[in-house]
Amino acid sequence: MDFQLSDDQRALRSGMRDLLGAVFDRDRLRAAVERGGGVDRGLWRELGAAGFFALRLPEEAGGVGLGLPEAVLLFEEAGRALLPGPLVATHLAAGLVKGAAEGEAVVTAAEGGGLPVADLGGADAVLVAGGVLTGEELAAFVAGARPVRSMDPLTSLHRVEGRSAGAGASEAYPGALRGEGALLTAAEQLGSAARTTEMAVQHAGAREQFGSLIGSFQAVKHLCADMLARTEPARSAVYAAAVTGDPVEIAAAKLLADDAAVRNARDCLQIHGGMGFTWEADVHLHLKRAWLRAARWLTAAEAEEILAGGLGPVRPLYGGSAALG
Amino acid sequence: MDLTYTEAEEEFRRRLGEWLAAVLPGLPPKPSPDDWPARRAYDTTWQRMLYDAGYAGLHWPEDAGGQGATPTQHLIFLEETEKAGAPYVGANFVGLLHAGPTVAAEGTAEQRARWLPPVLRGDEVWCQGFSEPDAGSDLAALRTRAVRDGDDYVVSGSKIWTSHAEVADWCELLVRTDPDAPKHRGISWLAMPMDAPGITVRPLRTLAGSTEFAEVFLDEVRVPVRNRVGAENDGWRVTMVTLSFERGTAFVGEVVACRRTLDALAAEARRNGKWDDAVLRRRLGRLNAEFRALWRLTQWNVAESERTGGVPGIGGSVFKLRYSRTRQELYEAAAEVLGADAFDLDREWALDRLSSLSYTIAAGTSQIQRNIVAERILGLPKGR
Ligand SMILES: Cc1cc2nc3c(=O)[nH]c(=O)nc-3n(C[C@H](O)[C@H](O)[C@H](O)COP(=O)(O)OP(=O)(O)OC[C@H]3O[C@@H](n4cnc5c(N)ncnc54)[C@H](O)[C@@H]3O)c2cc1C
Repeated sequence: MDFQLSDDQRALRSGMRDLLGAVFDRDRLRAAVERGGGVDRGLWRELGAAGFFALRLPEEAGGVGLGLPEAVLLFEEAGRALLPGPLVATHLAAGLVKGAAEGEAVVTAAEGGGLPVADLGGADAVLVAGGVLTGEELAAFVAGARPVRSMDPLTSLHRVEGRSAGAGASEAYPGALRGEGALLTAAEQLGSAARTTEMAVQHAGAREQFGSLIGSFQAVKHLCADMLARTEPARSAVYAAAVTGDPVEIAAAKLLADDAAVRNARDCLQIHGGMGFTWEADVHLHLKRAWLRAARWLTAAEAEEILAGGLGPVRPLYGGSAALG
Repeated sequence: MDLTYTEAEEEFRRRLGEWLAAVLPGLPPKPSPDDWPARRAYDTTWQRMLYDAGYAGLHWPEDAGGQGATPTQHLIFLEETEKAGAPYVGANFVGLLHAGPTVAAEGTAEQRARWLPPVLRGDEVWCQGFSEPDAGSDLAALRTRAVRDGDDYVVSGSKIWTSHAEVADWCELLVRTDPDAPKHRGISWLAMPMDAPGITVRPLRTLAGSTEFAEVFLDEVRVPVRNRVGAENDGWRVTMVTLSFERGTAFVGEVVACRRTLDALAAEARRNGKWDDAVLRRRLGRLNAEFRALWRLTQWNVAESERTGGVPGIGGSVFKLRYSRTRQELYEAAAEVLGADAFDLDREWALDRLSSLSYTIAAGTSQIQRNIVAERILGLPKGR
């Protein structure tokens, strides 16, 4: 057992961080906010060229040939950087939809359950319960969709009626796809949770009140400590689920990562004081995105039911086993 | 990121499993919580069985009498023994999990030879004399005085909350050897024989009803200078080594035990109909996520210490912070599963619910762990 990042995995992660630093810095982030989200096709192609979407396709199929453990590292970085666009759906569509792997196509997903569809405007395809919508089917789908004034300025939303609007995500998607969607979303949440922890610590170490850095006040310090104590167990859960692919473990990862992202963003906001309540600070972007992701692919209620179903009967007293699933 | 165990690790697990299956049915029944001599005998007999089978001090270095096993093998050992329902370390907790490792890391060859083998064989039991009435979270404020007199220290003062004091042979004792130095620089770490004249042990009853710890009064107790581990007045550094073992590895096996308990709770809830309550069911589901994550975090920390070697890192504080609270939530959920039976101390889990209350206090309170995480991991400024 060696449950640590390998050298290659470390390199992959820092490569992704460097790439995002170059192509999606804070100015580009704020520009995307003012634009109201949506996909920057140029950026999409750059991600495609870097192998973000084709990461898990076999090399014979023109992919990178890596697995979920590597994918979660990339999505963690995307979550950190608040990278907009239907990243998860397009990644899942690689190999299913022409051009998705290369970042030529933008693919979103209609998860059902009454959830609005993200980034529908300009999408080349939509993943739905029974398959993929393109061409005329897509046009009809879009025509029936109504734009929502999205709470998250980085994600445009459309409400859809009829087909795939009614069913819950659980019935809508084949298990594997849904599980992967949930896990990659959890990885984004993890990146966001780690980032808001950093932002909070940074601010607490710079802002003075009462003649002291606010980070020297215990009430602030303990909020920060709790943020880390949410992030690290979530990290272990996400990475482990990526290694085992076990549905119960994926549910644990999604549940804990959603919690970490949402609650860390709130604590980060609190630590920023009045500044935290402004449009100008990035904190609200993390919180809004975290709320939205928490509702996607696997909700807390669904995850908890899966996890409850995974309990008991008490394991036999003797008898070895492999890694405790 | 590799979660599979090697061939050799699996072989180790299999052999251990076979051995446990062979010996556990022959163990005597667990003694009553109030019968300390019997508890000691039970715990040390088990330790002796481990010793004879080659499983004692697995993770200790070989030159300290250990097996030099990898942290992963140690993890497998903790996992399998818990899964099999083998006895807990009990009275051997301090000797095996922190005093012993501290002596192994900081002691002289002579000290290691004197103290370590009897711990491994289950011949000698240790207790921890750190806390004092006026020095709890602020441990470095301790006042128990040690004055040099020839080849001895003469020690006077008092300790409190000393677990297993009634049955211990040795006490890892923190004393003040330089009252004029700044508080962290005048402390020394001594091994005190518990049968020395001048020691009075007064048991304290916990809220769970049994006497798990004691006050220890020291009245001019003579402790040989050669029993000091580390340099004089360098005891604080040695203490940090001890605490890193205590917080870093001491709770690992318990996570496995908690997962068993959670499974048993689910089984009981399905039996008694409480499972139909979606709120309770989801609460148990959430606990499943928590304990799975804690187990994975443990594996992560173990793999990390395997790479860096030696003393566990302060990541143990993050673990302890989260684990202690989750353990309490587990037994709150248990009370809900039990319903009215939660008030019957003879029902399984009722007592555990009470003892879980100590987890956010013992081995450094949660507030202190948060200070450590914030200051030493996140780098926030120290408070005044
Ligand atoms: C079951 C059990 C077994 C134990 N076994 C042993 C043993 O074998 N040997 C041994 O030496 N000790 C032992 N202890 C003692 C334990 O380590 C102390 O109880 C603990 O460190 C807290 O110290 P205290 O009890 O003096 O509480 P205090 O330090 O008085 O704390 C009281 C409250 O104040 C808070 N507080 C204190 N300082 C701060 C601060 N700086 N910032 C924020 N909050 C603060 C604490 O978090 C706590 O909530 C045991 C305790 C228990 C419960």
